[in-house]
Amino acid sequence: MQYLLLIYGTEPSEQPAPEQLEAEMAEWFAYDEQIRKSGFYVDGNALERANTATTLRVRDGDRVVTDGPFAETREVLGGYYLVDVPDLDTALDWAAKCPGARFGSMEVRPITVFDQG
Amino acid sequence: MSERAADPAEAVFREEWGRLLATLVRWLGDFDLAEEVAAEAMAAAVERWPVDGVPDRPGGWLLTTARRRAVDTLRRRQNYAAKLAVLKIESERAETERLTAPVAEPDVIGDDRLRLFFTCCHPALGAEARVALTLRYLAGLSTAQVARAFLVPEGTMAQRLVRAKHKIGKAGIPYRVPSAAELPGRLPAVLRVVYVIFTEAYAASSGAALVQPDLAGEAIRLARILHGLLPAEPEVGGLLALLLLVDARRPARVDDDGELVLLEDQDRSRWNHAMIDEGRALVTSALRHRPPGPYALQAAIAAVHDEAPSLAETDWRQIVALYDVLRATAPSPVVDLNRAVAVAMLLGPEAGLALIDTLVAAGTLDRYHPLHAARGHLLDRLGRRAEAAEAYQLALELCGNDPERAFLERCLAAARAAG
Repeated sequence: MQYLLLIYGTEPSEQPAPEQLEAEMAEWFAYDEQIRKSGFYVDGNALERANTATTLRVRDGDRVVTDGPFAETREVLGGYYLVDVPDLDTALDWAAKCPGARFGSMEVRPITVFDQG
Repeated sequence: MSERAADPAEAVFREEWGRLLATLVRWLGDFDLAEEVAAEAMAAAVERWPVDGVPDRPGGWLLTTARRRAVDTLRRRQNYAAKLAVLKIESERAETERLTAPVAEPDVIGDDRLRLFFTCCHPALGAEARVALTLRYLAGLSTAQVARAFLVPEGTMAQRLVRAKHKIGKAGIPYRVPSAAELPGRLPAVLRVVYVIFTEAYAASSGAALVQPDLAGEAIRLARILHGLLPAEPEVGGLLALLLLVDARRPARVDDDGELVLLEDQDRSRWNHAMIDEGRALVTSALRHRPPGPYALQAAIAAVHDEAPSLAETDWRQIVALYDVLRATAPSPVVDLNRAVAVAMLLGPEAGLALIDTLVAAGTLDRYHPLHAARGHLLDRLGRRAEAAEAYQLALELCGNDPERAFLERCLAAARAAG
């Protein structure tokens, strides 16, 4: 089964100290390397900050474009991994290893499989 | 009241149904289809067995019948997923034959029930869903019975079960027993569900029934099944012991008029001594494991109460010591409150009241009526009637259980009359 591991967290209001940033980045790189080599990895990316987001809706045929994310929340989507694993327990194990689980929250969502009947 | 008032034939029926369902869920990977064909197989048995005689291996007969019905149903569905499922279940034919054979291995079915416990009590499900699934699929209660136990309309409970099964299927909650390494992390959630079913029976938070006998009995039955499946896990034995040692006092807990009887006034000869003996044996073995877990410790405390000839002759020193260990193992303000009550019995009401007042100041148990009831009781004993009346009043405002409310009303009236 495929799952999207959505990484949510608060965006820091100021730049962290260089040594702290370096330590956090090292954790992320180590996790990224581990999950890519695991055989479960399908895709994964970090996202630019939520203040770079643009929201779009089409209403009566017209595009309505607004600045900012769809929902203003304290914890914002910061990145994701797409994994292909046997079951939810394995997906949760990979979510638990992700540094994002300690800094913020991980949302684990199954990818829909449409019946090909 | 005996431990199990239920119809024994119904109990056997539910036991067979539970075993059958657990194996079918593994084969079919689909709760709804498993339920449907399990019901058909049970109906066929009710029809055929009185005529043809009970087969040598009733469990095997039921599985074979259910498997045939499942294949028929899946063939009618004609879609891709159904074709895959038919292939899978046909490949299980060898297993059915093995299970139907005279020397069936009961362990195969045992493992299926354990799998089902871990699926129904998975932390990815909401707390209410876990309890409902466990009562429906492991205890084998009907949806209507589960709904009645929780005082919700049957439609509400049916919806809750549908949503829970949908989550299991769509989220890919696995149907497997966790590995030895995972077990310590996963077992507490399973034990918690059984414990919640039991406490729900005792502390029905609203309504007239102080004890819903069915739920306490079901919790004990579930704990027994788990203990049979995981005999070496000390906390499983500890939980079964705790439930038996507490439920043993049930016959004396409510008087003939339905009024609550406090531990100190209970007729101890009415306690169920067979249950006490069984619970004591279990707790002794659970306590051999170091460090003892929270269920084993609570069971040990219940055992000390059950062994005492009266409230005054209770070994309060031992109870306080056990609460000290419990507080270190599984700290909680409720444990602190119970310990404070035991300290009051050992050292006097002032000592207990001082501890309770610390809890009141902390504020975490503000909405917990036993805190105010216990405080009122100690103030009463100290002759501080007006303050006692205030505490009883607070407890009454928070308590939704009729017999307990009636008891608090009596305490309040007495405190007011004396003050």
